[in-house]
Order: sequence, then C-alpha cells, then structure tokens
Amino acid sequence: MATLHTVNKSPFERSSFISALNHTVPGDKVLMIEDGVISARKGNTFADLVSSALSDCSVYVLAPDLAARGIAEGDLVEGVQTIDYGGFVDLVAECDRTQSWL
Amino acid sequence: MAMDEAGGAPGAAKKFLYVNRKAPYGTIYALESLEVVLIGAAFEQDVQLAFLDDGVYQIVKNQSTDAIGAKNFSPTYKALGDYEVTKLYVEAEALEERGLTADDLMEITFEDEDDDWAEKPSINIVSRADMAKIMSEQDVILSF
Amino acid sequence: MKLGIVVNEGPYTHQASDSAYQFAKAAIDKGHEVFRVFFYHDGVNNGTRLTVPPQDERNIQKNWTELAAQSNVDLVVCIAAAQRRGILDENEAKRQGKDADNIAPGFRISGLGQLIEAGIEADRLVTFGD
Repeated sequence: MATLHTVNKSPFERSSFISALNHTVPGDKVLMIEDGVISARKGNTFADLVSSALSDCSVYVLAPDLAARGIAEGDLVEGVQTIDYGGFVDLVAECDRTQSWL
Repeated sequence: MAMDEAGGAPGAAKKFLYVNRKAPYGTIYALESLEVVLIGAAFEQDVQLAFLDDGVYQIVKNQSTDAIGAKNFSPTYKALGDYEVTKLYVEAEALEERGLTADDLMEITFEDEDDDWAEKPSINIVSRADMAKIMSEQDVILSF
Repeated sequence: MKLGIVVNEGPYTHQASDSAYQFAKAAIDKGHEVFRVFFYHDGVNNGTRLTVPPQDERNIQKNWTELAAQSNVDLVVCIAAAQRRGILDENEAKRQGKDADNIAPGFRISGLGQLIEAGIEADRLVTFGD
C-alpha cells in the first residue's frame, strides 16, 4: 500500500521537501531527484529531518543527480540509499502510486 | 473515507486525486489543473481534489484579477458540483500557516442526488494527518 | 508493467524532460511498457521540431522522437496547452489559419482526455515537472 513520494527541489528553495515528509504514512518511500538530492547531504540544515523520516520511511536519492552535483555517496545522511534510474523504475513499480511534490 | 459511496462511480472506477499546491495567477498550474479536472469529470472516475500548501489560495473568496490582466477563473470551482466533482479536501494546517480560516474560502456546494438534491458543502477541512491518509488511498495522483 | 509518464516542463530550462526521458529508457530496458508520455503545461514545448541546440549538447526533442520510434511510445502533446504556446500540427495550423506547423516527428497533438486515459489504463503514472 506504499506511496512513492518524489521530491525534485532543494529544501533551501521550496517547501516541497518538508511537505512531502509531512504527508508520508509509515512504510512510504521518499526519493530525492534533481535538486532534491541537496537535502540528503550530511551536515546540511535539513539533515535531521531526513534522519527522522528514516524512522518509518525509506529514503532514496538518485545517484546520477548526486554525481552531477558533486555530492559523494559517502557524504549522505546515514541510512539514505542511492539508486540509479533502473532503481527509480523499480520503486515506482513496487509502490502503489507515485506522488510528485512539484 | 466516509464519503466514497456518494459518487455512484462504477466498480471499475479508479480513485483519482488532484493535488493542488500552488497559488493561482503567479503560475499557470492551478488553471491548467482545473482544466484537467473538468475534462476528467467525463470519465466517471472517483475524483477528489486536495488543496494544501499555497494551493489553498486557489479557492479563497474575493479574487479580483482585472488589474493584472488575467482571467479570474475562481468561479469555475463553484461549478464543480455540476460536473459531479464534489469532494474537495482542504488542509487545516495549510490554512492556519497562511493566516486563513475556512471563512476565507469560497462557498462551494453540490446537490446530492441521493438525498433529494439537498445542497451540501463540497469543501471538507481535514488535518494534515488525514490528508496524508487520503493520499495513501488513491489509485492515481495527479500533481501540477 | 504498463507505465504512463507526464512531463510538465519544457526542454533545457528544467531537468524534468531529461529525468522523464532517462526514466522512460530505464523502464523500457527493464521490460516495462511505456504506454504514453503526456506533455502538459510548458511540457508541450518538448514537441517542436524547430529547436537547434548546439552540436555538443543533447537534443531533447530528438531523444524523444527516437524513443517513440524504437519502443513504440505514444508521445501526446496537450492541445489546449499547445495552442496557448504555439505548438501546432498541420491540421491545427490550417484550422487556426496559421502559416506553419512545428510538431516534431513521433509527437501527436490530442486532448486532455489522453492524460486521464493514461491514468486509467496505466498501472502507474509518474509526473515530472518544476
């Protein structure tokens, strides 16, 4: 019954990251793509929010978008998983619906 | 959700949720989302609209666009009942964060054919937690 | 699985169309069917054949056109959004009294009903936008 929530904007620019986290139910999956990956860098202002989301949701970032922005996979908030576009497709298929927080 | 039976949608109908998170006029998303809702009404699906974040501004009263040169499309929301779009969910926290209350919203109603065409409010104010639950019960979510 | 994709932004300014394209390719590689890509809002601008990006840059329109040809993907440009933004096929150009059309190969112009139909027919619908 899970929902995949995608976030494509930096939390420093838009409220979509916070909105997405505010509308998950336990078991949902959150995927940061495009500028959304900025929220997953360890030590950033929003890192604690990512950590608390991990208590009842899975959080993923799209590796190609991380690499494009010069963020190393080792520099992510602990518990955040990296996937490629194929993994994105798998998440869409595994979840019952996708909500894009545009 | 309590109101599922009301629409009379056939068993095969999917639950569609239109998520509206942007204020009108600054960008075209609200208007073009409404156009999808109107066209989509002909497909006899189980349609719901969610208004959260700045999207609550789409249905506030007293919109007046003459001076910006754009068409005021807010009256169209009042006609949604005629399209059998009768379930509008507005997030209480989104209103409160913006200094708004339910009284700031337009009156949007529908005539309930299952209740002798009684006029009923289409707007349901729901908590953020309930909005999350509503999202988790959909087949298709369209976000603009 | 049968997948539908919605693209709400035009090429180059936003990453949306690129992300949608990479997603579509990955889905097809995994054996899924990308049943339709629906271009809405400024997303209709992906469907003009008149763009001329620099040689060393990706050609987003061509990427889509090739994907449509190779994998039988239905690329639909919303007519209402297209009319607002000047994306026309031959029929529309004639009907509106315009002197040219610009729709790219593999794209077709149709109504918003195609978006709803994608939601009904597809197992999953994924939206890319701003």
